[in-house]
Amino acid sequence: MLMKSLYINPEKCTGCLQCEMACSFENEGVFNPARSRIKVFTFHDAGRFVPYTCTQCDEAWCMKACPVEAIVLNAATGSKDIINDRCVGCKVCTIACPFGTVNYNSASGKVIKCDLCGGNPQCAQACPTGAITYIDADATGLERMRLWATKTDTAHHAAA
Amino acid sequence: MKHIIIGTGPAGVVAAETLRKRMPEADITLIGGEPERPYSRMAIPYHLMGNIAESGTYLRTAPNHFRNLDITLLHQHVNSIDAAAKSISLDNGNMLTFDKLLLATGSRPTRPPLEGMDLPGVVSCWTLADARKIIAGANAGDDVVLMGAGFIGCIILEALAQRGVNLTVVEMENRMVPRMMDDQSGGLLKQWCQSKGVTVLTSTRVKCITEEKGKLVVELEGREPLKVNLVICATGVRANMELADGLLDTNHGILVNERLQTSHPDIYAAGDVAEGKDFSTGGYSVQAIQPTAVEHGALAAINMAGGEDALHRGSINMNVLDTMGLISASFGLWQGVDGGDSAALDNPQRYRYINLQFEDDRLVGANALGLTQHVGVLRGLIQNQTRLGKWKHKLMEDPTRIMEAYLAQHVPRHGP
Ligand SMILES: Cc1cc2nc3c(=O)[nH]c(=O)nc-3n(C[C@H](O)[C@H](O)[C@H](O)COP(=O)(O)OP(=O)(O)OC[C@H]3O[C@@H](n4cnc5c(N)ncnc54)[C@H](O)[C@@H]3O)c2cc1C
Ligand code: SF4
Repeated sequence: MLMKSLYINPEKCTGCLQCEMACSFENEGVFNPARSRIKVFTFHDAGRFVPYTCTQCDEAWCMKACPVEAIVLNAATGSKDIINDRCVGCKVCTIACPFGTVNYNSASGKVIKCDLCGGNPQCAQACPTGAITYIDADATGLERMRLWATKTDTAHHAAA
Repeated sequence: MKHIIIGTGPAGVVAAETLRKRMPEADITLIGGEPERPYSRMAIPYHLMGNIAESGTYLRTAPNHFRNLDITLLHQHVNSIDAAAKSISLDNGNMLTFDKLLLATGSRPTRPPLEGMDLPGVVSCWTLADARKIIAGANAGDDVVLMGAGFIGCIILEALAQRGVNLTVVEMENRMVPRMMDDQSGGLLKQWCQSKGVTVLTSTRVKCITEEKGKLVVELEGREPLKVNLVICATGVRANMELADGLLDTNHGILVNERLQTSHPDIYAAGDVAEGKDFSTGGYSVQAIQPTAVEHGALAAINMAGGEDALHRGSINMNVLDTMGLISASFGLWQGVDGGDSAALDNPQRYRYINLQFEDDRLVGANALGLTQHVGVLRGLIQNQTRLGKWKHKLMEDPTRIMEAYLAQHVPRHGP
């Protein structure tokens, strides 16, 4: 089965933050961009906006580093999901992820990251310009997507 | 193929699982000297806080996890290795033979050579057995001394504070976490703890510990002694290398090459016990941290399974620490490099601090206090050896713009 992945094109982003609102509402029950798992970064000088979130990379640094198996692979979507009940809040995953997409939430004492909303990502639904889409990830597209987030995987060649 | 792995911490467990993935037919035996199911030492503080049961520290949650993977799990102490016969001997008298052996025996806490350190009220915080002693002996209203404010000491500190004990921390060096954070952030950390009601005595030595009317008396240099119920010693750790004695090359840990192979070609070492490659320096050192244990375990297994192209490019030394709500992190060469540049932003009123270390226009190390969002990009920039170009100058002016610098260098203008 072909997995889908989030495809982000910053060129199309106008910085309206609908994605952040949708994400925080879906996952935290509030319309509050500060609680969103996708983040739109603004480059003021260049007038450029860059939506940014987890690419669900194969390497899964966060999942491998977790000491209590609180991050698991979602076989249906390929996402790496936090099991809240197991997470002890040690934050090792937040420093292990070289993309910086796992964040500590001091209110809950646990970490949060994108889980593709279980296969129906609300950010993509909400984006009015098509800057965020959820599409079939053919091998090359997915590869490019991941290269996009980090250039090389230098810690070791062979993942487990 | 017969593989034996000694040690059921993260390095050993990840190695066993990785071997199974690569070698469906191999005979894999995982041996640990502790009676519990394989667990994670670093989850112990959360057990002390009462957030999780002992079972919450288990590395793998499914009850038959190892059996399902056809990995034989033995709870035995390994006494010796016979390299010529390629066998090991167990506490129960059994001998097992191997084709490839992995030593993932971890490290253990050390105690300073002072009188009284062997009294029953002096405990370490390293195993679940230790945790049970602390849970029995450190409760609301108890007076407790914590010796050592290093990384492990600081993690326990938070747990003890949550248990409601009257806590005094005694640290020999002039600041907290001296091997993880610089002067400035270590000082802020101390100030923060004091503001939360924990007494922190830095540059203070314990002379000895004696017993008096059921209490422990901790004698300090140049200060009044402390009378307490429990002393927790977190002054240092040492690699468990006994099995390597006279057999393998060792230094602070067992020496390994880029394949995690020791001086004996059929014996590998991983995790806290191994002196492995450091990404930042290119040299070899012991990195007693969870992420390195996992990286070592996986790579050692790939090499044991005959993996061709699995050379270790080195692990990045990194830590994150939550000290009563103040979060600190360190990466790589946070002390800086000769001829390099650094940029710091200090906001002591808000307990915010960030220090970036550059070599040329690449980030090589960082310290941060109070940073919780996107902190992983610091690792990303170091590991990718990203050329920051003009962003280096922007970071020199404002080191908090780290995420922008990362995106500017890693996300092309036109998307994927
Ligand atoms: C309280 C505490 C908090 C920590 N917090 C953090 C943290 O926040 N972040 C972080 O990165 N790291 C942390 N660490 C460090 C981290 O736990 C270790 O780096 C990690 O456990 C190393 O894994 P390992 O598999 O190499 O060794 P270990 O986990 O020590 O496992 C070694 C295993 O080998 C067994 N063994 C040893 N000798 C023998 C023998 N002769 N025969 C049979 N079995 C044997 C031991 O019983 C044990 O099961 C913490 C450690 C402690 C104690
Ligand atoms: S913070 Fe939670 S999910 Fe992350 S490594 Fe620690 S226990 Fe695992």
